[in-house]
Amino acid sequence: MRKAQGSWEKRILKSLNSMCTELSIPLARKRPVGEQKELLNKWNEMGTDEPDLSLFRPVYAPKDFLEVLINLRNPNYENGDSLSFRTHLGLIQVPLKVKDIPELKECFVELGLNTGQLGIDDSTQVPPELFENEHVRIGQKVLVQQDSAAAQQYIRQGSPTALRAELWALILNISSQPEDILYYEQLKTNVIQHDLLVDSLIYKDVKLTASNDDYYFVFEDYLYQVLLCFSRDTSVLSHFAYNSASPPKSYIRGKLGLEEYAVFYPPNGVIPFHGFSMYVAPLCFLYHEPYKLYQIFREMYVRFFFRLHSISSHPSGIVSLCLLFETLLQTYLPQLFYHLREIGAQPLRISFKWMVRAFSGYLATDQLLLLWDRILGYNSLEILAVLAAAVFAFRAVNLMEVTSLAAAEAVLADLSTLKVMPLLQIFLFATVT
Amino acid sequence: MSRVLVPCHVKSTVALQVGDMRTSQGRPGVLVVDVTFPNVAPFEEITFKNYYTAFLSIRVRHHTPLHTPSKWVTCLRDHCLMPDPHSEEGAQEYVSLFKHQMLCDMSRVLELRLILRQPSPLWLSFTVEELQIYQQGPKSPSLTFPKWLSHPVSNEQPAPRLEGLPDPSRVSSEVQQMWALTEMIRASHTSTRIGRFDVDGCYDLNLLSYT
Repeated sequence: MRKAQGSWEKRILKSLNSMCTELSIPLARKRPVGEQKELLNKWNEMGTDEPDLSLFRPVYAPKDFLEVLINLRNPNYENGDSLSFRTHLGLIQVPLKVKDIPELKECFVELGLNTGQLGIDDSTQVPPELFENEHVRIGQKVLVQQDSAAAQQYIRQGSPTALRAELWALILNISSQPEDILYYEQLKTNVIQHDLLVDSLIYKDVKLTASNDDYYFVFEDYLYQVLLCFSRDTSVLSHFAYNSASPPKSYIRGKLGLEEYAVFYPPNGVIPFHGFSMYVAPLCFLYHEPYKLYQIFREMYVRFFFRLHSISSHPSGIVSLCLLFETLLQTYLPQLFYHLREIGAQPLRISFKWMVRAFSGYLATDQLLLLWDRILGYNSLEILAVLAAAVFAFRAVNLMEVTSLAAAEAVLADLSTLKVMPLLQIFLFATVT
Repeated sequence: MSRVLVPCHVKSTVALQVGDMRTSQGRPGVLVVDVTFPNVAPFEEITFKNYYTAFLSIRVRHHTPLHTPSKWVTCLRDHCLMPDPHSEEGAQEYVSLFKHQMLCDMSRVLELRLILRQPSPLWLSFTVEELQIYQQGPKSPSLTFPKWLSHPVSNEQPAPRLEGLPDPSRVSSEVQQMWALTEMIRASHTSTRIGRFDVDGCYDLNLLSYT
């Protein structure tokens, strides 16, 4: 796995280097004073800037990453041509251990039919006295106590909209001290002083994804403020201790090979890919001060999101999530799986982009926030794979009638009307197996 | 407790198969690794890196007084290294086994035999790597404290106060207060780093490095 991650990283570096040489733009340079003043003046409206980004292309897209994962092979594994009881019919060929539905039921016990959920039991037909009022009251008590572990347990049943921002901050251990505000201001100064090639990639990504989204285009300026500062944040480097990836290195111009002049590029070691800004966009609904938004995003990234684009055997890593999705589909919807495979529409090809973005940009915002509540509550990303399988189960009847990959994509193109919690509950607890 | 590496000779693995080795198609599911010791050693710990072995048994032959034939005794039976032999969990982990996990006395070991089993047909090969045996190191010498340290004498007669100097007990209490203040300041020191990513203010980069 580490070898695969290493060679994937090399590909990304090569791609970035070739973009540099083609466009004759340095990776990083100090901004002239005039430019610095200009940027400082329009810090709050960077979205109005329309730089020429036509020559830039994203370093990679999720589907490139999927191809790498499909080609992961264990050299010690019997990958013979003959079909055996363990042939992987899906795309992922690595035999990692994934949970099956009985184990998932145990793990996600608070999503069961007998437990109240926000997302189900707060709908207009259900009188609020049955569940919602009491749940809100408990939430307020948890916040008063400032008990992070209790908050994590509480949020498994969903968070009331009014309390969500504070609950997430409590679970993620974010308390805005004056030094945090100062740190953010320091990052802002770094953005103004140095211009990075990665900035153009971020601009391009925001323009391509969030600006085109009906829900998120209003937050365009916030996204620049958060992502540009995120690239300069060296404290993110500490997460590489538990990430299988490594940050790219470079040398100050003219000092190639001298270790005293070796630096990480970008300073936080994370090269954004197509869709990266969608990790930040939903958070803009909850937090309005840039420094708070920034802290929450950074913590969510180093706890969860980094696993969605690096190769590792962790149960919440993207490889395990893909395998979990495929295994659930194969085991509980075998007819659908077989049919899709026969028409050349491997289900993972459709659901991969959902999981890599943690469904951001695909679900309606309130549903997405309910889903991310559970990610925080269970401290695991496995729920993304379960939801992907549940979506396929929900649209199974239509999918059985399609005859091509394009038609299957069309059936699953629009998820914005889906209600996340009923889907999960039915798939885990109410399906006859 | 310190531990000392025991020199030993690890023989190459021998596969156990039923029937004629040349004509049978299947891969062996049982391997045996023999470890011999040049000197009789008290066994403390064994460490190794697993490579797709599912179950491990260890048999040991003790050193017995002369003229009595020594027998093989099982000291670890079917220790599970991979909870699911078909999947990757535990397949490449570093494992340590200690004396207290063994079923028999390990004080005078002549020879060790590791029996590796991998019942799943999915893996092309399996073994254990970086096998190392440790024995208990010399105990650290116990220190004897000087008597005056462990039994402080109380009620010492205070030395006669010298002229013109402040009261020593008042001075000591003020010094203690100052020390407490400095400790407080040190404790409230923020852990946020400055986070410089440039070298002397310069961050001009051309290309990424591949090494």
